[in-house]
Amino acid sequence: MHNWKKIMIAFFGLLINMVAVAQDQVVDSTQTGFMRSSGKIYVVVAVLLTILAGIVFYMVRLDSKISKLEKES
Amino acid sequence: MIRKSWWKIVAVILMVYTFTAGLLIKVPHVGNLYESIRNIFFHVPMWFGMMVLFTVSLVNALKYLRNPLIKFDILSVEYAKTGMLFGILGLITGAIWANYTWGEPWSNDPKQILAAIALLIYAAYFILRNSITDMDKRAKIAAVYNVFACAMLIPTLWIIPRMVESLHPGGQGVDGNPGMNGKDLDPTMRLVFWPAVFAWTLFVVWITTLKVRFALVKEKKSANA
Repeated sequence: MHNWKKIMIAFFGLLINMVAVAQDQVVDSTQTGFMRSSGKIYVVVAVLLTILAGIVFYMVRLDSKISKLEKES
Repeated sequence: MIRKSWWKIVAVILMVYTFTAGLLIKVPHVGNLYESIRNIFFHVPMWFGMMVLFTVSLVNALKYLRNPLIKFDILSVEYAKTGMLFGILGLITGAIWANYTWGEPWSNDPKQILAAIALLIYAAYFILRNSITDMDKRAKIAAVYNVFACAMLIPTLWIIPRMVESLHPGGQGVDGNPGMNGKDLDPTMRLVFWPAVFAWTLFVVWITTLKVRFALVKEKKSANA
C-alpha cells in the first residue's frame, strides 16, 4: 500500500510537468514535429500504445495476484 | 511473480508491433478499402484466435470425456468463453468495416450468416451448460455438446464459405481460403498480418490462462470448504 502512494505521487508529479510542456506547445502550435507528420497518425499510434500499456499493466498485476492466490491455497 | 512469463513477453512485443506497424506501413490501394485495409491486422486475427480457442476447448472436452477431472472441464469452458468473446468481437468489427466498404453493417453475406450460426451454436453450449446444476453431469453433457459445436465449425466456417459467392475475399471462383485471397495478400502486409495473428492469439490465451487459474483456485477453495 505504501508503495502505491509513492507511485501515485510520482505520477501526479509527472502530470505537473506535462502542464509546462503543454504551455510550450501552445506558443509554437504552427511548428511541425514528428508527432504531427503523416496526417498525425503517430498520435493514434501513441493513443493505442498507451491503451495497450494500460491493459498489459492490468494483466500483469492480475497475473501476479493470481500467482499469490495459488501459493496461498 | 508472473508464471511462465517468456511467452507473455513475446505476446506483448508482438502486440506493440501490430499496433505500430499495423498503422504505419504503406498499404496497397485495393478497391474502395483505402486505409481501412489495415483492419485485416485486427479483424481477421479475431477469427484465427477464435478457431484456436475453440480447438483448445474441444481438446479439453475430449480429455474430460476420457478422464473426468474437473480441471479439464474448467479449461474447456474458459477457452470456449474467450473463443466466444473473440467471435463476437470479430462479428462487430466486421460489421463496422462492412458499413464503410459494403455500404451496410449486415448484408446477409454467407460468411456473416455462417459465422453468426457458428456463434449461436456456441451460445447454446453455454445455455445448456448453465442449465444443469449437478457438477459432473454438467461437465459431461457440456463436453459432449462441445464436440458437436466444434464439429459444426467445419461446415460453417471451412466448407460452405468456399462453395458460395461472397463479398468477403475467398469463396466460389476465387483462390484462397475463407479468410482471404491466397497469394493476394501484399508481401509487406503479410509481414504484419502473421505476427498480428500470433500476437492476438497469444494475448487471448494469456487472458484465458488467468481465468482458468482463478477458476481452479476457486474450485480448490470450495472443495476444501
